[in-house]
Amino acid sequence: MTWKHTFKTSLTGLSTNRSRSILTILGIVIGITAIMLVVSLGAGAQALILGQVQGLGTNTIAIIPGREPTGPSDVTSLFSDSLKAKDLVALSNKANVPDLKSIMPTVIGAGTASYGSNTYQTTIFGATELEGEIFDLHPRGEFYTQDDVLSQNSVVVLGSKVADHLFDGEDGLGQKVKIKGRNFRVIGILPATGGGSLLNFDDMVLVPYTAAQDYILGTKYFSRIIIQTVTDAQVPATAQDIALTLRESHNITDPTKDDFTVQTQQDLANRLSMITGTLTYFLAAMASIALFVGGVGIMNIMLVAVTERTREIGLRKALGARDRDILSQFLLEAVLLTVIGGIVGIILGSGLAFVISVGLSQGLGVNWQFIFPWNGAFLGFTVSALIGLVFGGYPARQASKKSPIEALRYE
Amino acid sequence: MNIIEVKNLKKSYHDGGETSTVALAGVTFDVRKGEFVAIMGPSGSGKSTLLHLLGLLDEPTSGSYHLNGRNVTGFSGNELALLRNREIGFIFQSFNLLSRTSVLENVKLPLYYSDVPEREWEARARQAVEDVGLGHRMHHGQAELSGGERQRVAIARALVTDPEIIFADEPTGNLDSKSGKKVMSIIQHLNEERGKTIVLITHETSTAEHAERIIRLIDGEIDSDTQVVNRLTANDEFVK
Repeated sequence: MTWKHTFKTSLTGLSTNRSRSILTILGIVIGITAIMLVVSLGAGAQALILGQVQGLGTNTIAIIPGREPTGPSDVTSLFSDSLKAKDLVALSNKANVPDLKSIMPTVIGAGTASYGSNTYQTTIFGATELEGEIFDLHPRGEFYTQDDVLSQNSVVVLGSKVADHLFDGEDGLGQKVKIKGRNFRVIGILPATGGGSLLNFDDMVLVPYTAAQDYILGTKYFSRIIIQTVTDAQVPATAQDIALTLRESHNITDPTKDDFTVQTQQDLANRLSMITGTLTYFLAAMASIALFVGGVGIMNIMLVAVTERTREIGLRKALGARDRDILSQFLLEAVLLTVIGGIVGIILGSGLAFVISVGLSQGLGVNWQFIFPWNGAFLGFTVSALIGLVFGGYPARQASKKSPIEALRYE
Repeated sequence: MNIIEVKNLKKSYHDGGETSTVALAGVTFDVRKGEFVAIMGPSGSGKSTLLHLLGLLDEPTSGSYHLNGRNVTGFSGNELALLRNREIGFIFQSFNLLSRTSVLENVKLPLYYSDVPEREWEARARQAVEDVGLGHRMHHGQAELSGGERQRVAIARALVTDPEIIFADEPTGNLDSKSGKKVMSIIQHLNEERGKTIVLITHETSTAEHAERIIRLIDGEIDSDTQVVNRLTANDEFVK
């Protein structure tokens, strides 16, 4: 029998038991839908995270005090005070770091801001006038200037949430808020971001780092130094230059004893995408349990079908069908079932992922993009066909081995 | 020339344990090409077993069977399938048509497994359906047909590959006398006009008397093998 007619025969076989065929493929549909959903949402999450990380600019390098954490319990870096003003001078020296475009020290700490009787627990973020450019911040009013930083002026740019709490809807621009007992003049208020970013500026107050160090936090060291190069290509070499400069400045000869970590945005992006990728595959593996169960369901139904259709098998054999013809007929029925299930699952899964991505974008106000997972679709299709072959194989073999006379005698 | 030569054919069934049931105790006979033979016998006499062996649906325990000059005992499954398709047509008591499949498609079924080119299928199937007088029922489903019509579809299906032998297993067993008569008249016509060799099983003497020769089986052995003296013609009144 030719493949064309095997195909026709198998389709007829399936359509005579339409409702059962539909119920049978449900397991496969659910399995493939789950996989598509996981892979699609995983890709969306990854794109979102990477977008945010790269939003800082791929030409950005961060220097973090302390060596790279070796585990979750390694919190030494949080309390490290290794980055000081002299490092800033050494790094700014063109002889040490030739490709440096800009350098910005930052300090971060907790504090309370108050206006009248309103108080708000907030995060103090101290930096230079470059912060607006690096983090792409556009406050109403203005950002503090280089002059404000050098003169250690008590000026502040408020995050939207901080401003809302302190001023109860009044315009706070130009007012004075109290932080650590000192008045800071509000020169700018940031628009609400919705909180989707890695750094939530809504909850922060931004002040010149010099003022933050002396008036609020009382420290001499930096939480982080951010450096930008002119082009992305200069990032790896510049990261090297930074490490060498800091070792010299800190008198370190053994690189394993570094008391700082140089982190490029690319490093961070790679690490995050590895984490989301691993998570996606893990979830997809969980979802494939449903596929396995679906496969067992297919096998079960095919075995029932083979028994039910014993007479038909016998008749076909009596009319000249070879074992191989019967085998391919039933195998193809199983594969058709699973492939149809797979296609329905691919459509359903990506449809659901689309709806969820729209929901996330609107509900959380983040820029969540729907990504059609071609690799997931390809995988789902291949796996569903394979399931048909594997779980349909045994029943089809049972069918092909029936003796024509046993089959015809079967009532 | 003999189309069937059977020598000491035996068949016994093992029911799992030590005991075995003997269905056929060793039969020897020949069938000439173009002959019309009826096999009769009470139930349990082994006549169905014999027909299954002759039709290559089952394999004998011992003995030899020559079909068209070839010793087919020991043929592989594929070779037997090929012979069943090309040289043998079957008519069953319970018709065995595919449900939810049209008359024409049912008749085409053996062609699916044959090496007849696909372009000839339609014409061959239509011709076979016309031959049994069901040209007006071509696209009807099984449920819309009477018992007699169903059996005529089965005859058309047996004819479509133009085999030399037709094996019929109680072809009138499920039919009323009028339909049975029509079916027997078609079978006899196939024998007389188209030279098909017919081997038919029945327990009705009136059906058997359409044949030229009657082999009677009792307890798995041939009891008698006689020529029919007053053979019914295709047009004789059929009395059940």
